Amino acid sequence: MTRKPKEYDDIPGTFVFDADRSRQGYWLNQFCISLSKEENRQAFRDDPEAHMAKFKMTEDQKQAIRDRDWNRLLELGGNIYYTSKLGAFDGIVFQDLAAMMSGMSRDDYRKMMVDGGRSPDGNRYKSEWEKK
Amino acid sequence: MAKITAGIACSHVPAIGVAMDQHITEQPYWVPVFEGFEYSREWNKKNKPDVVFLVYNDHCTAFDASVIPTFALGCAAEFTPADEGWGPRPVPVVKNHQEFASHIAQSLVLDEFDITIMNEMDVDHGLTVPLSVMFGDKTPEDDWGTLVIPLAVNVVQYPAPTANRCYALGQAIRRAVDSWDEDINVHIYGTGGMSHQLQAQRAGLINATWDQQFMDILVNEPEKARKISHVEFLRETGSEGIEMVMWLVMRGALDEKVTEVHRHYHVPASNTAVGHLILENHA
Ligand SMILES: [Fe+2]
Repeated sequence: MTRKPKEYDDIPGTFVFDADRSRQGYWLNQFCISLSKEENRQAFRDDPEAHMAKFKMTEDQKQAIRDRDWNRLLELGGNIYYTSKLGAFDGIVFQDLAAMMSGMSRDDYRKMMVDGGRSPDGNRYKSEWEKK
Repeated sequence: MAKITAGIACSHVPAIGVAMDQHITEQPYWVPVFEGFEYSREWNKKNKPDVVFLVYNDHCTAFDASVIPTFALGCAAEFTPADEGWGPRPVPVVKNHQEFASHIAQSLVLDEFDITIMNEMDVDHGLTVPLSVMFGDKTPEDDWGTLVIPLAVNVVQYPAPTANRCYALGQAIRRAVDSWDEDINVHIYGTGGMSHQLQAQRAGLINATWDQQFMDILVNEPEKARKISHVEFLRETGSEGIEMVMWLVMRGALDEKVTEVHRHYHVPASNTAVGHLILENHA
């Protein structure tokens, strides 16, 4: 079944974690959340493939984990509250993860936030991004 | 009779808890955030609650993807601050008013709000950060100084309950509290927000104009606030700004007319706009 268009599909740079994504990403998210326990972190450190194999993920999802491709993980059904546990496993704090996902350097992102954050102007509709 | 005398809105940014736990609130980055809480702590001492009804969301801590209750009411005797990957926050265990919580659970279900009942639950920063904001520094050996009834709302998987449904739930909570025959002072907290997006290429979105307007209508024209759509929250305030539906639960439990005694707004705390209101209820 193809995914029905959603009224929030035209928001740029955003993956809305709806039921379709939740279904698609279930095992990916359960894998990520397993890393909030030390025994699982140890298992993942000792043998990443063996730990990943405990969860029924697709090859694409496993590859995105190997690549630490943060946006791809979201595209494949990951949710940020879950994928951030993989970030934490790597020692990446939330703000730096946000910088990586938005394609900015750590310092540029931090400065943008201190200066008031990313403006909604020009960032409400995909059509505004296509013009850029 | 139990009375809701105030509603408090407060962001629950984890970094606010970290700043308190690591004693770095005097750093220039944090000073403007915590300045806005000074009044709140004084006010809280003068208007000390017996029970806080605390509306928050769990961030995949107590609930993983396997169970996603839309509304889950904490009925356990106590709630332990959770280990969110860096060890539990060094704050007191949260103690419930268990009989009152059971009464509210029963009243809500009979009032046709089919909530989930939690008899065991750890609580994450969503619940402990607003308590730290209002009650100040506490160690695990201390007491929070209030009993707490937690209500966890799903805002992680779309759709969260609508603003309208949250407001109506607040009204039902009000009826439940009003029918409890014990002379106690109750505060209700709506936590989370304000504008923020933690994910993907649009991460870092902040909409200060929208946030301020939201506070205005939430206080003075709640009938307008309850009509805000999910898509407006997502587009205007970022994918995680949807947490603000929880402020509607708080507002629904108050009178139509309230007195705003305090407002604080600051950008940023980490990735998020910090918003905070104290509303006095007069009935
Ligand atoms: Fe939150």
